[in-house]
Amino acid sequence: MRNIYAFVVIAMLSWIGHASAQDIVLGLSKQEIGITAFFDGSEILVFGALKHQSEESSEGDLDVVVTIASPRTPVTVRRKDKRFGIWVNVDALEVDLAPSFYAVATTRPFEQAVSEASDLWHQISVRQLIRAVSGPLAIENPEEFTEALVRVRESDGLYQTLSGAVTLQDQTLFSTSVSLPANLVEGTYTARIFLMRDGDVISQHQTAIDVRKVGIERWLYNLAHQRPVVYGLLSLAIAIFAGWAAAAVFRAVRG
Amino acid sequence: MIALCGDMYIYLPIAEVSVNAFVLLGLGGLVGVLSGMFGVGGGFLMTPLLFFIGIPPAVAVATEANQIVASSFSGFLAHVKRRNVDFKMGGVLLIGGLIGAGVGVFIFNYLKGLGQVDLLVKLCYVVFLGIVGSLMFTESLQALRKSKDAVPSKSRKKRTWVHALPLKVRFRVSGLYISAIPPVLIGILVGILAAIMGVGGGFVMVPAMIYLLGMPTKVVVGTSLFQIIFVTAFTTMLHATTNYTVDMVLAVLLLVGGVIGAQFGTMFGAKLKAEQLRILLAIMVLFVCAKLGFDLIVQPSELFSLGVAGGH
Repeated sequence: MRNIYAFVVIAMLSWIGHASAQDIVLGLSKQEIGITAFFDGSEILVFGALKHQSEESSEGDLDVVVTIASPRTPVTVRRKDKRFGIWVNVDALEVDLAPSFYAVATTRPFEQAVSEASDLWHQISVRQLIRAVSGPLAIENPEEFTEALVRVRESDGLYQTLSGAVTLQDQTLFSTSVSLPANLVEGTYTARIFLMRDGDVISQHQTAIDVRKVGIERWLYNLAHQRPVVYGLLSLAIAIFAGWAAAAVFRAVRG
Repeated sequence: MIALCGDMYIYLPIAEVSVNAFVLLGLGGLVGVLSGMFGVGGGFLMTPLLFFIGIPPAVAVATEANQIVASSFSGFLAHVKRRNVDFKMGGVLLIGGLIGAGVGVFIFNYLKGLGQVDLLVKLCYVVFLGIVGSLMFTESLQALRKSKDAVPSKSRKKRTWVHALPLKVRFRVSGLYISAIPPVLIGILVGILAAIMGVGGGFVMVPAMIYLLGMPTKVVVGTSLFQIIFVTAFTTMLHATTNYTVDMVLAVLLLVGGVIGAQFGTMFGAKLKAEQLRILLAIMVLFVCAKLGFDLIVQPSELFSLGVAGGH
């Protein structure tokens, strides 16, 4: 398997050229993901090679960290509590910017690959990436809310920490694959690749992945938002026609 | 996943989730069977089922309104053929219905901003399903007992407070001369429910027309369907233009299943007695009510929930 990856990498490198950052040459299996009517998730292969400038700095552990993030949007996190015998939303916290999808893949376990300082600086883990906090100041423990946001999205498979998922061969060729879930929100996704030595970032590279609804999905979404009246009338026309057709078929069947 | 009966996942463009198309067709079919059997729209079952499979509540409510337009139009045509529609009464109910739908969508959007819309929808379900289910259950139990003893001779011409109100109108098809105020009020209530709960409201309107207005049972279903078509069409337009939450792909999948299911339902329904049908329907209504009520009382496993910031 690794040999195949290596072969693919070498083959891809020949056409990627050397236009990217100094130390990392990067390829993606796809730069565009189209959400079609039958979209049920997508697998994206991230691969590349590290160019060693000189031999003197080869001491220490090399790690490669790959992150893929959706665009960031504000999210409201609500907490339920018991009121009058039933469970009701009582508090809400607005998290300024949180990705709807975030995956981080590392060669070694995350804590070994990334030092706390570089996580803080480069916002590599999803917890560092999520920036709280607006909303009512009365809330005592906003961390509880951001923690809940991560927990809910992790259990939905939207936030993934893939320890050991990056393979690094001969300290040169790396590759990993990230599976994107079916309920993907469209936008320009960002793939970041960090080259780490002893937990510190020594080089990084970034590229974009376009996730777009295509075909009928695109058409319906645009119609619904740009011409809501036409969209509503079209929905009704389909419903009325289907209702009429059902009655007609029913009559014909009964004779 | 093992492809036993085939997985065909469809990405819903408005709900922005991917669901198994066969699950939606099956749900549509199941609810179609029930609506064919019992002569109800089935929205009160479909909307909670859509919540259970992970469709966002706002999308479920708006899309279900669109689907009810289709199923009630189909039923309405059958009743027009048999001249079982009181258009004048339907028109009066409709005036109330449109006012109610406007109020309902306004309340819906206001509470959506506060993050309380799920609670409102679920509370409405528990309260109304509970009331209607238990009324229907006791009423049809009594009817079953009576039909064993003798032929019931219920006189509908009782004079109630309904007959004492001003603004009297003659409804020829229903054979009634009553005030227009109660039908308008019933229409308003049903319109509000339609907008908030994503239902046609037949399960509230039909009993109200029989027991409060004293309409003959024969014309009740056709007339309520006539009113429901327009109220749900109006609700669909309001949701489509203010919330952008009508998912056409979801609606079509539910429609296809529903249309086929309704045919089988009508066949099954013809083999059962009216009282038996009503008891079964009552049990089902109470079951959905109990399930939703239980979920409100029991501590949820996750106390936190996520929502789009700011609302609309």
